[in-house]
Amino acid sequence: MDRDVIIQIEKADSFYGTKQILKNITLNIYAKAVTSLMGPSGCGKSTLIRCLNRMNDLVPRFRLEGKILYKGLDLYSRDVDITDLRREIGMVFQKPNPFPKSIYENVAYGIRIQGVTNGEFIDGIVEESLKKAALWEEVKDRLHESALSLSGGQQQRICIARALAVKPQVILFDEPCSALDPMATAKIEELITELKKNYTIIVVTHNTAQAARVSDFTAFLYLGDLIEVGPTGKIFTVPQDKRTEEYLTGKFG
Amino acid sequence: MSKRKLDKRMDSVFKAVGLAVTLFGLLVLAALLIDVVMDGYQRISWDFFTSYPSRKPEQAGILSAWVGTLWIMLTTALLAIPLGVGSGIYLEEYARRNKLTDFIEINIANLAGVPSVIYGILGLGLFIRLMHLDRSVLAGGLILALLILPVIILTTREALRAVPSSIREASYALGATQWQTIRHQVLPAGFGNILTGIILAMSRAIGETAPLITIGALTYIPFLPANPVAFSPESPYIHLSAQGFLDPFTVLPIQIFNWVSRPQKGFLTDAAAGIIVLLTITLLMNGAAIFLRYKNQKRW
Amino acid sequence: MLKRNRIVKFKEMLIEKLLLCCSLLSVFTTAAIIYVLLSESVGFFKEVRIIDFLTDTQWTPLFTNKHFGILPLLCGTLLTTLIAIGVAVPVGLISAIYLSEYATVKMRHITKPLLEILAAVPTVVYGYFALLFVTPLLKKFIPGLSGFNALSAGLVMGIMIIPLVSSLSEDAMHAVPMGLREGAYALGSHKIQVAFKIVFPAALSGITAAVILAVSRAIGETMIVAIAAGQQPKFTLNPLVPIETITAYIVQISLGDTPHGTLEYQTIFVCGTTLFILTFALNVISFKLKRRFQEIYE
Repeated sequence: MDRDVIIQIEKADSFYGTKQILKNITLNIYAKAVTSLMGPSGCGKSTLIRCLNRMNDLVPRFRLEGKILYKGLDLYSRDVDITDLRREIGMVFQKPNPFPKSIYENVAYGIRIQGVTNGEFIDGIVEESLKKAALWEEVKDRLHESALSLSGGQQQRICIARALAVKPQVILFDEPCSALDPMATAKIEELITELKKNYTIIVVTHNTAQAARVSDFTAFLYLGDLIEVGPTGKIFTVPQDKRTEEYLTGKFG
Repeated sequence: MSKRKLDKRMDSVFKAVGLAVTLFGLLVLAALLIDVVMDGYQRISWDFFTSYPSRKPEQAGILSAWVGTLWIMLTTALLAIPLGVGSGIYLEEYARRNKLTDFIEINIANLAGVPSVIYGILGLGLFIRLMHLDRSVLAGGLILALLILPVIILTTREALRAVPSSIREASYALGATQWQTIRHQVLPAGFGNILTGIILAMSRAIGETAPLITIGALTYIPFLPANPVAFSPESPYIHLSAQGFLDPFTVLPIQIFNWVSRPQKGFLTDAAAGIIVLLTITLLMNGAAIFLRYKNQKRW
Repeated sequence: MLKRNRIVKFKEMLIEKLLLCCSLLSVFTTAAIIYVLLSESVGFFKEVRIIDFLTDTQWTPLFTNKHFGILPLLCGTLLTTLIAIGVAVPVGLISAIYLSEYATVKMRHITKPLLEILAAVPTVVYGYFALLFVTPLLKKFIPGLSGFNALSAGLVMGIMIIPLVSSLSEDAMHAVPMGLREGAYALGSHKIQVAFKIVFPAALSGITAAVILAVSRAIGETMIVAIAAGQQPKFTLNPLVPIETITAYIVQISLGDTPHGTLEYQTIFVCGTTLFILTFALNVISFKLKRRFQEIYE
């Protein structure tokens, strides 16, 4: 397979205070593909994904050493505007977290804060994003109802639509289905597969089956170390490391 | 009787005593309300609201008092709400944990416990002597604003703390700046609770008497602060004036205190009638706050 | 792309600094209070020896034969505070225990806001109530009671601070972990044992903080005593006669037209300083206790 590398993580170490969370991670993320970060809880997979859009900056006493390059640009350099960065690299969280506002306002928020006021333009973006998130048909007649009135799965798709509205290149999914039932989970997974045609997607999951279903590449993290990474088929059929094999066969996790 | 039986008996005894004692406070409240209404209801009339205080109890009214209360509340709100909410936002959303923040926090906690009469003395020394604001609406409003500031700060902080951090994260993840996140997501989400705090603080300010007496506001005021808006038949038709803020004033609780301290029975009736008006306002505001708080509990 | 936007950055920084200034206003307020109180008090103590101020048993700044002993005013304050605490602490604590351990959720939801109203009634209203309802009522049982007295002022003040004691204490008891209670219930304890032997001691520092705050509130309360307790500084603990508290004196002297710069004028600030020191000390103790309590359970 011949693909473009969009994100390069080079020798990344991260710390909360004095506690080291990530240990010397080096990893390439390929464009327009789904990469899963898989591992038992506490392995650092969420920390790693939150380094990519610098959400960890909000955590006091967080520190990162090493480099993370996005299209060749150091994400942690002083010149990078963190708000632009987060528009390029969107995120969907573990628990659906729509704003306590209408469905429409949830999706429109990201462009509104960029100073866009043109109503028709915003209408267009909202419709387009909701369609991409496979939610348009379900909500088109009640766009101005509260997003909190939707079901959990629908809420999560609102969050996806909201992320799509600002036209990101990369979308980070931090265990997007862990709060959802199997039906809603299937819909989200289907959506992820659809979205990878146009977006680079990174999914954090502790569900091996999910990683196997949705991703092209899988990275296995354990206790802050990147144990191994490769095409999903290869990782699941011929894991190189004993720990990966044990995790996949359910010996721990 | 066995120990277990005794305990059981004690349990039901305490349950009854506890209920009675809890209701005792409410009983006194009821007595107070009935007493005041019985004493004052016959003075409540249109004239009572449209007359100035007078030497004759049966002609005295609360016109200057309620207009003054309105002025003072307006001034207090204009000063205290932006400052208090702003300070609350800073401490909850921006401040890092350090010595300065700690110091500010202890300061606010202490200010919340400073007796209100001390704020009057502060006003006397600062606004009257040093800044020569005299016994003006502005001086009174400044004092009450400083007085309720800690309450507004503390409730703003609580309200913001109750907004789940997932909302902040969602906003940041879409490329919002910190201020955009606060302005568009956190503040609206906490608005109901902040409003509750503001209403409670304002209801406290409405009833404050001592700090305003300290700056000498207990003088006979047979006129109103200058109208902020005046109309005329010729151009420019509308005149705006801030003169009212510099005019002397009286407020409802001070008028009531004035009447209570007179020996004539008629003035005591006036006082009771004034209290009915004041209590109606305070209870309505508190009712609104309780309702708002109840409504806001059912989220997230 | 991905370049720092200077204007946005600047605006963000400006807003943060502006909000910081709002917060610093509280520091400024404290500083201003201390400055105003001290600057006038210094003038006072140039005229009056501090030892006389602290030990003289007469307070007669408005008479020809002037005495400036704070003791009578302190005594009046102490007396009304004691009476108020005598009402508020038992009633408030029993209510708190009842509401936290016995009452149904519904009962608590209805009663708590109603009790809070007691604290919302303007103090001038309580003054009226003490003078014109409670005193005449008490006179039926205590014939020797004066028209102005510490007793009814103190009692009514106690009613006013019930919600302060009850709601802060209830918060403290609420913060005691369920596990402690469950442990005791599992051993077959009755509610009353759990309430008094487990929850109450566990919440004690929080409750103490509430009581101290109530004392501070009672010391600083002004209008009730100014209206109902009288204006006669007396070095007595007799609750049936007119007395004067520190706060009531401040009101009394503010009512007259005392010229700036005179010794009488300065007494306002000396009394203010005394009041500030007393309440400040209590507030600090209460704050520290509450913090310690929170550190244990939160």
